[in-house]
Amino acid sequence: MAVLRFFPPFSPVVSAKIHAVVLFNICDCYVRRPDQADRVIGTLLGSVSDGVVEIKNSYAVPHNESADQVALDVDYHRNMYLSHLKVNPKEVLVGWFSTGFGVSGGSALIHEFYVKELKEAQSSIPPIHLTVDTRFKNGEASIKGYVSSNLSLGDRPLAAQFQEISLDLRMIEAERVGFDILKTTAVDKLPNDLEGMEASMERLYSLLDEIYKYVDDVVEGRVTPNNDIGRFLADTLASVPRMSTAAFDKVFNDKIQDNLALVYLSSLVKTQLGIAEKLNTAAQIL
Amino acid sequence: MANTMPRSFLQAAATSEEVAPPLRVVQIEGLAVLKIIKHCNEFLPSLVTGQLLGLDVGSVLEVTNCFPFPIREEDEEIEADGANYQLEMMRCLREVNVDNNTVGWYQSTLMGSFQTVELIETFMNYQENIRRCVCIVYDPSRSAQGVLALKALKLTDSFMDLYRNNNFTGEKLREKNLSWVDIFEEIPIKVSNSALASAFMTELEPELPVKQCDYDRLKLSTAPYMERNLEFLIDCMEDLSAEQNKFQYYYRNLSRQQAQQQTWLQKRRVENMARKAAGEEPLPEEDPANPIFKPILEPSRVDSYLITNQISNYCNQINGVATQSFNRLYLMKALHED
Repeated sequence: MAVLRFFPPFSPVVSAKIHAVVLFNICDCYVRRPDQADRVIGTLLGSVSDGVVEIKNSYAVPHNESADQVALDVDYHRNMYLSHLKVNPKEVLVGWFSTGFGVSGGSALIHEFYVKELKEAQSSIPPIHLTVDTRFKNGEASIKGYVSSNLSLGDRPLAAQFQEISLDLRMIEAERVGFDILKTTAVDKLPNDLEGMEASMERLYSLLDEIYKYVDDVVEGRVTPNNDIGRFLADTLASVPRMSTAAFDKVFNDKIQDNLALVYLSSLVKTQLGIAEKLNTAAQIL
Repeated sequence: MANTMPRSFLQAAATSEEVAPPLRVVQIEGLAVLKIIKHCNEFLPSLVTGQLLGLDVGSVLEVTNCFPFPIREEDEEIEADGANYQLEMMRCLREVNVDNNTVGWYQSTLMGSFQTVELIETFMNYQENIRRCVCIVYDPSRSAQGVLALKALKLTDSFMDLYRNNNFTGEKLREKNLSWVDIFEEIPIKVSNSALASAFMTELEPELPVKQCDYDRLKLSTAPYMERNLEFLIDCMEDLSAEQNKFQYYYRNLSRQQAQQQTWLQKRRVENMARKAAGEEPLPEEDPANPIFKPILEPSRVDSYLITNQISNYCNQINGVATQSFNRLYLMKALHED
């Protein structure tokens, strides 16, 4: 009995979001590529929702490329895919990446392969092709994402057209870690609580300074006022809760007292630990 | 004459391996840091582990990549699966020129409560195969407060020797002067990035002057975090007092047993004197068959040490968060006065 497989038509992809990890991984794979390879090719994993593809993970796939032929190690790709699925079954195949500027002839073939893979997996979106320009060809870092549509005349497929889609770099995790750590080639020490606090407060301070300067400039007529900014500032200032001094003082003192109590408690516990340890090890069998 | 003779090649090769410089710094790549954070955050609130790969260079342990472990159910047949997964991943990563060398593992933790016996066991397992291994602990809840809570831990050598011999009596510990701070050794972390990655980051850094970490740090509500910390602290204190009770019980039993032994010995001696007077052979002064001579096992102190470690960790965390709140509160006060 023949089983009829229904391939659902691909729904349109509007844009893609890339997590910072993916970018780092691609850079790392490029740096580690074998000597004779010109570029690195790999698979992208992620999830889809509402026409927005979120690219969360990636891995490189070894390949051989010559003038007119491209050979991709399919077994490797499938093995890694299964391994990754074991860890996180929600991260599915969403496309592939290659380093290098623009789309080349060989890319179309590879893209075909990924289209087939996605169809096998009954996915509802077309594969995304991500190019990361590691050579900084135009003097800037360009990361582009493409979706392909097949151009055909009647029954004969002519060419594949790669359309660029808008990309959104999701750097929230990178921001959390701190760009300073990720930007330089070496960081000597991870900042601890207080240093981080200091840095944040400095930034806040400089922001406030800028706002002051701007407001002063507008009042003195040096800068044309921008209504939007003005309204935004007014909204922000209004969102600071208005409390009478007495009420604020009370709340403030309560909080301070709570914190002091906690600090006292923790030092008490530490003293207790010291005593307990002395008792435990100093006790001798007479 | 032995000094002037040139050393044979074998001797030279043998002695150069003897001295391994102590581990001073763990150098992680930004890629590994991001991967660890992503993996731990994805699976909150369950705890996850993964493997670290890298190189061991002199006194620096470089971690260049990592991969996560799937969540294992408690089933014997899945054990083999887990080992297969690891081998498969290592093989695949080697094909793309990633460092294939295991240098440790990472795990996520809840509120900093990672000091358990399992951790020590895992350490011992790893230490048998790899000369230098490190455990990286990531605390997602503390990172939500704005600090990158990443720690690199290692067991101290003296502790490992003691643990191997399973010898945790009070005397041994006093001999080696080993207290609860000496179990784990925290190693400072350095982060490094490849030039390409740093170039990309510099280009792509969004122009915002204020970043997410600032938002996290300047948040005023720390109550839930503190509350959970205190809860854990209280639980640990209860455990600690239970452990101390165990010790007290042991000492009481021991002294009671000794008292019993003394009385028994006295009786024996009196009996022997009577026998000597009657001309019979004296009975031996020891009687291993008597249950009061059975040696009582001293309870191991590992647990109490671990609990002590955990408690001190919680205390430190509370201190840290309280300090931050002070800063924030005074900042609020200053703003309000305007």
